[in-house]
Amino acid sequence: MMNIWHIMLIVGLLTFGIRLSFIVILDRWQPPKLVERALRFVPVAVLSAIIAPELVLVGGTLDISLGNLRLLAGIVATLVAWQTKNIVWTIVAGMSMLLILQHFFA
Amino acid sequence: MHARKEFFNGFRDELPLLLGVMPFGMIYGILALAAGLTTGEAQAMSVIVFAGSAQFMLVQLLAVGTPAIVVIVTGFIINLRHALYSASIAPHIKQLNPLWKTLLSYLLTDEAYAIAITRYYKRDASPYKHFYFLGAGLALWSSWQVSTAVGVFLGAQIPSSWSLDFTLALTFIAIVIPSLKDRPSILAAISASVVAVITAGLPYKLNLITAAIVGIAFGLWSEKA
Repeated sequence: MMNIWHIMLIVGLLTFGIRLSFIVILDRWQPPKLVERALRFVPVAVLSAIIAPELVLVGGTLDISLGNLRLLAGIVATLVAWQTKNIVWTIVAGMSMLLILQHFFA
Repeated sequence: MHARKEFFNGFRDELPLLLGVMPFGMIYGILALAAGLTTGEAQAMSVIVFAGSAQFMLVQLLAVGTPAIVVIVTGFIINLRHALYSASIAPHIKQLNPLWKTLLSYLLTDEAYAIAITRYYKRDASPYKHFYFLGAGLALWSSWQVSTAVGVFLGAQIPSSWSLDFTLALTFIAIVIPSLKDRPSILAAISASVVAVITAGLPYKLNLITAAIVGIAFGLWSEKA
């Protein structure tokens, strides 16, 4: 019978294994050029995939309207990120915008 | 000296992300106790599994008495996206010894990856970029442990009306937007976003991997066209 410690250890080892996987594999094996080129798009693709649902899904349903305050704050943050390329300013602008909008409209 | 500076810079650059991570850690701690874990078990999971969304899912599944094998497979699938990070980081840390590789793999979370990869993409030839990665990773690791402990012991909770969870999306916006320098990366970002939203209903966050693969494919295709 498995107890919680067994489950924790197995999931922990699997997670570690996933994180270590390609770091070990790519040591011994030279990937084809196509794979090397593909890797360049990993950050932008994964991070965009994390961001987009946060902005346009409200409780699991699509909401692209002025009533979606997180979307509005996200657009402001996008403009600030584009202009300043600065993480702190982007967070400050996005959070202020969201809190102000929530104060007045939520 | 340069190594120490890289370490410090990595630690410092990770700090803005902690604003979003700490509340998650606290809520995890509270949830874990509510799910019936002891304080020791809750804290140990943050050390052993060290993966936010998987931990949330695990304690919830355990709370409703899900069979162990289902819990394990679920945790595995949720964390599969880290394989992409592993592949992306691998070429940059090829020269490091196994001890470093083991340590950095353990620290390879969403938030540490997001910061570390921006350092590797800078063109300067610093031989100490792995210290930057280590600094970012340890900043995240310590804040995750501390916030778990705070959630577990104090049961304190930041009001959800503060919307601090939103800082995570904002941080990623701040990282992605400046990296959109050419048509292929813009296309990769847009297609991944659209697919992530369309497939958001998939279980175990599988929409992230689906979207990432489509985004990468569009990026490659656009390079050729």
